Amino acid sequence: MSHRLRVNPIACTGHGMCAELLPERIALDDWGYPIIDDPEVPDELLDHARRAAAACPTLALLLERAERS
Amino acid sequence: MTGSRARLLAGIRSDRPLSFDEHLAVHGPLAALEGPAIIEAAGRAGILGRGGAGFPMERKLRAVAERGGRKVVVANGVEAEPMSAKDRVLLASAPHLVLDGVAAAAMAVGAREAIVCVPATAPAVRTAIEDAVRERRDWGRLRVRVAPVPPRYVAGEETALIHHLDGGPLKPTFTPPRPYERGVGRRPTLVQNVETLAHLALVARHGPRWFRQTGRQTSPGTMLVTLGGAVHTPGVIEVPGGTTLADALMLGGGPSEEIDSVVVGGYFGAWLPAPSSLGLALDERELGHHGAAVGAGVIVAMPASSCGVAELARVVSWLAGQSARQCGPCANGLPAIAGALNRIAVGRAERGSRAQLLRWAGMVRNRGACRHPDGVVRLLTSALRTLDEDLRDHELNGPCDACARPPLLATPTPEALAA
Repeated sequence: MSHRLRVNPIACTGHGMCAELLPERIALDDWGYPIIDDPEVPDELLDHARRAAAACPTLALLLERAERS
Repeated sequence: MTGSRARLLAGIRSDRPLSFDEHLAVHGPLAALEGPAIIEAAGRAGILGRGGAGFPMERKLRAVAERGGRKVVVANGVEAEPMSAKDRVLLASAPHLVLDGVAAAAMAVGAREAIVCVPATAPAVRTAIEDAVRERRDWGRLRVRVAPVPPRYVAGEETALIHHLDGGPLKPTFTPPRPYERGVGRRPTLVQNVETLAHLALVARHGPRWFRQTGRQTSPGTMLVTLGGAVHTPGVIEVPGGTTLADALMLGGGPSEEIDSVVVGGYFGAWLPAPSSLGLALDERELGHHGAAVGAGVIVAMPASSCGVAELARVVSWLAGQSARQCGPCANGLPAIAGALNRIAVGRAERGSRAQLLRWAGMVRNRGACRHPDGVVRLLTSALRTLDEDLRDHELNGPCDACARPPLLATPTPEALAA
């Protein structure tokens, strides 16, 4: 089961916690909002991704199960 | 101006809307059809959405039809695109054709409630459609109401419109759920532009083969186009899909002076060079290859005597102001982009400002809950190519003589949009 990251841009207020906790996947733009170039989360990053999602003060970082094709 | 090929605009008058009897005399009655037959006809006809995205109507109809429970049809005639007038012209001259389309769409998806959204700033349009709703006594089991909506730019976003109709602010919402899953009153909702619905009304009468007798394979049927800028007769025309920009301009009497570029689609469209782009067809595939789109069917001829840089800076500033300011990249990125453009226009740009604009464009694209930032980026990146020389000139030498000309591209004030 693979996982994907997604941001709810309306909920996100740019705290930037996610980029600190998951720099492998999340960078910040010029205004402090997360940029996710590759949303796929490999298994070895899954724990970090879970922590980043849980740490978001506005719950704007979503860790979703990718649908099996 | 509509010519003999007019379908949606057939038989219309300039002084008042067609009455129901006049409408029937032009188009004949709308036969009662089964829902699946209507959806299949829309698919075989290849009707594309005319609100801006060009999405196949069949797929939207099917998505709502497949849902259970009570459903809603929303006809979007708010027409928030400042240079577009086609939806208002259609609603004010052929309201019964739009209502036939609403009825056909409701039959197709199994809806018993329909809402026709009109610009709150256009009382004549509202009256035309309200009178038409009343004039037709027999709506069967369908309840139809008219909702005036402030024509702010995000009214073109389905989720913003639904949010507003449910009593919330006119601002987009995070998806999913998409409107076909949960829309007005949490019910599965079909949102279609009023022109798209009017095409459906004719396909339900005459069938998909008839629809495809004009236009081209990838843009069948006709489309409404709003001509603006330096043309002899600005206004709304109806042309076959795939008509070239040059031919469309000729239907407006041709350019009234020398033109050097065209804005195509609308403010979420593209700025293309003229005359080199005028051979391009109003066709999603063909325009798409050039970073442009049919969009809302807008063509603005920009005269060589106007200043594209000043016009661009003004429009992008306005679009930045039309952001719902819900998403960080859009709320911050668009004002940053507008600021840089304004500094270029007055000759106060920092070094590398055009590279910075491109970097910011990449930074806001695809990062909003809605397509607003993406639309601004499309206009911006196309304009950076088309107006490259003018931008350089302003960077070096500051404002040109044409900068002070009255604007061609409208940027309505907040007061004008509130009414």
